[in-house]
Amino acid sequence: MTAILTVQNLVKRYGDFTAVKGISFEIQEGEIFSLLGPNGAGKTTTISMLSTLYTPTSGDAWIDGHSVNQQPMAVRQLIGIVPQDLALYEDLTARENLTFWGQMYNLKGKDLKVRIDEVLALIGLTDKANQRVKTYSGGMKRRVNIGVGLLHHPRLLFMDEPTVGIDPQSRRAILDAVKELNRQGMTVLYTTHYMEEAQELSDRVGIIDHGQLIAMGNQVELTRQVGENDAMLLHIGEGEDVAALAATLRTLPGVIKADYTGQTITVIVPEAEELLAPAITRANEMGIKIHSVDMQEPNLESVFLALTGRALRD
Amino acid sequence: MKKIFLIGWKDVLIAFRDPAALILMLAAPFLLTLGLGAVTGRVTSSASTINSIPVVLVNQDGGQIGNALVALFQSTELKDLVIPTLLTDPRIARQMVDQDKAAAAILIPAGFSLSIIPSNPPSATDSSSQVVTITLYTNPTRPTSSGVVKTIVDQFMSQVEVGRVGGEVAVGQLIASGLIQPQRAAQVGQVIGVNQAVASSVSVISIKNTTASGKAVKFDILALLAPGMALMFLMYTTSHGGRSLLTERAMGTLPRLLVTPTSITQVLGGKIFGIYLTGVLQMLILVGASTLLFKLDWGDPLGVVVLLLAAVAGAVGWGLIITALARTPGQVNAIGSAIMLTFGILGGTFINMAQFPAWFSVLTHISPNAWGVDAFNVLAQGGGLMDIANQVAALFLMGAILFTAAVLILRRRNIAQG
Repeated sequence: MTAILTVQNLVKRYGDFTAVKGISFEIQEGEIFSLLGPNGAGKTTTISMLSTLYTPTSGDAWIDGHSVNQQPMAVRQLIGIVPQDLALYEDLTARENLTFWGQMYNLKGKDLKVRIDEVLALIGLTDKANQRVKTYSGGMKRRVNIGVGLLHHPRLLFMDEPTVGIDPQSRRAILDAVKELNRQGMTVLYTTHYMEEAQELSDRVGIIDHGQLIAMGNQVELTRQVGENDAMLLHIGEGEDVAALAATLRTLPGVIKADYTGQTITVIVPEAEELLAPAITRANEMGIKIHSVDMQEPNLESVFLALTGRALRD
Repeated sequence: MKKIFLIGWKDVLIAFRDPAALILMLAAPFLLTLGLGAVTGRVTSSASTINSIPVVLVNQDGGQIGNALVALFQSTELKDLVIPTLLTDPRIARQMVDQDKAAAAILIPAGFSLSIIPSNPPSATDSSSQVVTITLYTNPTRPTSSGVVKTIVDQFMSQVEVGRVGGEVAVGQLIASGLIQPQRAAQVGQVIGVNQAVASSVSVISIKNTTASGKAVKFDILALLAPGMALMFLMYTTSHGGRSLLTERAMGTLPRLLVTPTSITQVLGGKIFGIYLTGVLQMLILVGASTLLFKLDWGDPLGVVVLLLAAVAGAVGWGLIITALARTPGQVNAIGSAIMLTFGILGGTFINMAQFPAWFSVLTHISPNAWGVDAFNVLAQGGGLMDIANQVAALFLMGAILFTAAVLILRRRNIAQG
């Protein structure tokens, strides 16, 4: 595999504030690479620099050998972008939007028409192509927003949090579409703050926080960084003595850590299933009612927690 | 070049699909023109032109210049335009105006002619050296008609002044060359001055009101109102168009455009072309509709088209500079609305600017409306393209200067980031 994107020491400053602090990474042709991080981590700023919208303060990136600083026009022809917010003309129809954006990507004539029909079929809006976008539901608008990014068969597609604020059904459709596009050979750089999306889609993940890439690799490599321990989360009823139960659980064999936040006790243990029965028994003995129990194998959320001390949604 | 056209055409489509924009671009100027036309009687009466303006004159002067002014209003050149009534009592003349029986009263006081061209060389104690002025008493309910009367009187007085100065110069030259004795200077000067003043004033006014064929030009009130309204709402279109640049930034379509293989020059050029095209289409629709529905004669078609292109250029310049200086679409709205109304007033859409001093008239020409209305009036009165060359040049120059300034500001600011 060859690298279609190479990023070297990319920095973006706004006055005294540094939004992106010298990140470097590569994306291989044909893979889905996710940038996972909380809001404000620098994901959108990174994509904005890679797509030539913002000029980096320092550093550079090359897409198929073309520098984003020196050859922005060549880069723009190679990339497609699906922005986080809808970027469509709502007074135009879906077909008019696709026609306009296709023309901006230098498509014309029969090629443009054929491609528009293909994209409309892909996003499932062939029947409603001649309705103005402002009459569409939120999910339909999202699909048109994605369709615009695909029109010119980009080699590298940037998708900036495309599922924010939409219903589960539309989200599912978008995730499936990303996988299908990748199956057809498209390379995707996907940003998200949803750990599940990064886990489901990505060949490799870069975890970004405060403008820095703090970890990168496939999921196995990343979870290995925080060890092989499971987490068991016990949700306790209101008014129960959470502190006492946490202290009791710490005395059980194999328990590495047992802390509580609010009415939830998090117990770190090599095998969570083996702790379940003794933990419930101790709670019953103390007259404490457990509402529910979650068991988590090592995942990207726990990696982020281990690396930053914060949850992704904090 | 093709992308500039595509971006511009997309903006035209969006503008003409926006019901609110359509109301302000087309319906509002059309209905306001119709309303003002009804108020002035243009639409409701069978008369289709400003003519037969009732004027009362009181000539207490009896001198040559006073008589010449009366003769001018009674001349065949103005017979279609004014109906003069000669009275002797200024009080009755004012009453006629107050009772709306006349559009204006012209009160020529005694000693008016002598105050301009004395029969003897004036001395320091000579009361005839004091300026005696004509009083023009106008009817506020007939602003257009009284404005026409004022224009005639102003032009007459202007030519009288030219004649007086010309007489003085001629007499000086005659004395210097020894053709007359200095003691005959006053007598000769009076003859020359009066002849020049009176003859040239009639000549100038008759030229202004006749066409090349010698027919009297019918002056249509709607030809005065419609351009003012159209130009005022053109300012809305151009500031609204400029605002779309900031709206596109807020909506994310501008950043998206800037990451396509389209240069920032093409994007800006396309946006500006779109505003210009929208403005031209708006003006063409208004001119065409008023021509068809009101039988309004805008004048020389070539002149109208060139002027329309120039006026839109000037207005686009203002729309762009407002956009370049504003930070948000809301700011453009607020500033654009204020400028639209201010320029509408300065352009004479609501007030007859002839009643203000000359320096104020110069000030009003900061607006494209004033240049445009001036030129549309020239065309409506029978002028051609060459007669409006100055206004056309001024409008294109205004557009070019403001356009350049706006583009420099927009390029210095990162328009994608604000």
